[in-house]
Amino acid sequence: MSTARDHILGQIGRSLGRPALADDVRTAAEQRVAAHRRNLVPQRAQKPHAEQINLFAHWAEAHMATAQRVPANAAIPAAVADYLAQHNLPTEIRAAPHPDLDALPWHERPLLTVKRGVAEITDQVSLTPAFAGVAETGTLVLHSGAETPTTLNLVPDNHIVVLRASQIVGSYEDMWDRLREKFGERVMPRTVNFITGPSRTGDIEQKMILGAHGPRRLHILIVDDGAA
Amino acid sequence: MQTTALNFKANVTKALGNANLRQSLKRVETNWVSRRAEAAARLPEFEALRDQARDIKNHVLAHLDVYLERFEQNVIANGGQVHWCKTPREARETILALCRTVDAKTATKGKSMIAEEIALNPFLSENGVEPVETDLGEYIIQLADEPPSHIVGPAIHKTKEEVSDLFLEHHRKYGQERRITDDQELVAEARKYLRQRYFDADVGITGANLLVAETGSSVIVTNEGNGDLTQTLPKMHIVLASLEKVVPTLEDAMTILRVLARSATGQEFSVYTTFSTGPRRAADLDGPGEYHVVLLDNGRSSMLGTELQDLLRCIRCGACMNHCPVYQSVGGHAYGWVYPGPIGAALDPHFLGIEEAQHLPNASTFCGRCEEVCPMRIPLPKIMRHWREQAFSSDVTPPLQRIGLGLWAWFAKRPALYRLGARLGIGVLGRLGRGRGSFSSLPLAGGWTKGRDLPAPAGRIFQDLWKARGGDAS
Repeated sequence: MSTARDHILGQIGRSLGRPALADDVRTAAEQRVAAHRRNLVPQRAQKPHAEQINLFAHWAEAHMATAQRVPANAAIPAAVADYLAQHNLPTEIRAAPHPDLDALPWHERPLLTVKRGVAEITDQVSLTPAFAGVAETGTLVLHSGAETPTTLNLVPDNHIVVLRASQIVGSYEDMWDRLREKFGERVMPRTVNFITGPSRTGDIEQKMILGAHGPRRLHILIVDDGAA
Repeated sequence: MQTTALNFKANVTKALGNANLRQSLKRVETNWVSRRAEAAARLPEFEALRDQARDIKNHVLAHLDVYLERFEQNVIANGGQVHWCKTPREARETILALCRTVDAKTATKGKSMIAEEIALNPFLSENGVEPVETDLGEYIIQLADEPPSHIVGPAIHKTKEEVSDLFLEHHRKYGQERRITDDQELVAEARKYLRQRYFDADVGITGANLLVAETGSSVIVTNEGNGDLTQTLPKMHIVLASLEKVVPTLEDAMTILRVLARSATGQEFSVYTTFSTGPRRAADLDGPGEYHVVLLDNGRSSMLGTELQDLLRCIRCGACMNHCPVYQSVGGHAYGWVYPGPIGAALDPHFLGIEEAQHLPNASTFCGRCEEVCPMRIPLPKIMRHWREQAFSSDVTPPLQRIGLGLWAWFAKRPALYRLGARLGIGVLGRLGRGRGSFSSLPLAGGWTKGRDLPAPAGRIFQDLWKARGGDAS
């Protein structure tokens, strides 16, 4: 294995007309990585926060997700129950085992069964928190972890996401800064999912059909937490 | 994949006679071409982002060894492994050996052009590991036992009717007896049968749109979510990527992602963009237990520092083929190998040799639309011209064509003589064609007149007409 590695790196050096892994080249690359400077960020991603929330909702809906403003955490169980009823879905959800979701007043909706844990193949509806919402394209960002299993983002047919208004940022770069703040420089959770609308395919005669493999419906509860 | 590139002309004749294909190709223009233009128009910074994306890749290529080294360090630091492979054979064998360490019976697959490049599926099948394509388009062509005809939409050449037939034939084993014709139902059916396969698979194999040196992450982009289920549910995630996919930082990745989906399908962003870093962590509740990156060279390291280096900027968006009048007429299969369209015409000769791929660089009108829309600003016509020159100087070009080109070159370098000859020829043709205004047959022009008339020339060459209007002759 190491011979193939040496061979490939050696050939790269020869083709570029310099020694492979030369010190000055390495230093230049390391400086660039350490600085992780932003490139051009589109204007639309640099608006005041209140406008970002609207922009996020606009693009999420343009991508066939649905977005609903919720006044406070306490209103989430009712919003979930209403959504299930509205779409004739079973009154059973699989929620991420996350303290924020555990703390919600589920007892106010006794008909709703809330199971916790990873997704099973039969699960119809999942409820997860988000890490961030990126306004420039209405993109949700979710990462894996002990409280946020990735399968919940993908397996059930219906995905309901709780996003606090303060988690909405303008650009992807703003989001990476927050992730670095949370985990540290150069540290990544196993999986970071950018999700922009529900799953779709255009593979049969280029006609867009929702629900190819991932969720057919994506519903975003934007919780007003005083950020705007 | 077995090449039929040398049969390009026969492939084209067959493609032009296929009515279904012509219908399918028409959709490329109405959908992807116009949607790309709309997406570009919606983002005022689009052209500037293209410049930056190009510059990032140029920087990477000049520092490729050190970014790959850094990428590898970070994969290892996160508990994964990198396997360096010089050749397709090494890559195939590495993947098979990895599959065997977990006694894999099936491997689900996300869409990967590198997997096509190394002909992975037949190799895995022959060795007892069943590859299961999960991208709907790839699934369709796997059932049909055909190669992809487009790098983004592998099954764009298939009609709904053909998909209905394929599903009926292949889903009987699941107890499916009814022929389904509704497209929603067809998608739902594939979803239903593939779902269990995701859960049963031992290994998930995906490609990579990008590798990030800063974090040791691999990135995939899909609309279906199939690549995510593929990598999340099995015990092992194998990423198959070529060297040039690496970028320095997360910020650099985003600049390229901002132009990728817009160029490919005209979407603002693809539905799923996923950064995967190492195997699942100790506290994680799901995710693969092992993470391997199979890094393929296949001659790319030798393209650096040559006329072909610019090709290594390609991010496989497919915009060049969507906009190519030749691709729009003949589709992807005619090109005879993995990469069709202008990028294939420029890239395939490197992998296949110019003798096998000699017709591909000629499969262009040099209209330049490919370069105009390429998000990475790859000078595709220039590289095709390079291959034409290679073909000529290495005696691949057939003798008659060589003599013709030699003769033309001799005249072209003697402008006075050239003009005289042209005046004579155009004058004669103009007089002969004055009656009908066109020719239905003409010696040496059979290729043209077989399918259409040749308009008769005006009788005077452009320079003379120009001069007559008082134009400046220089």
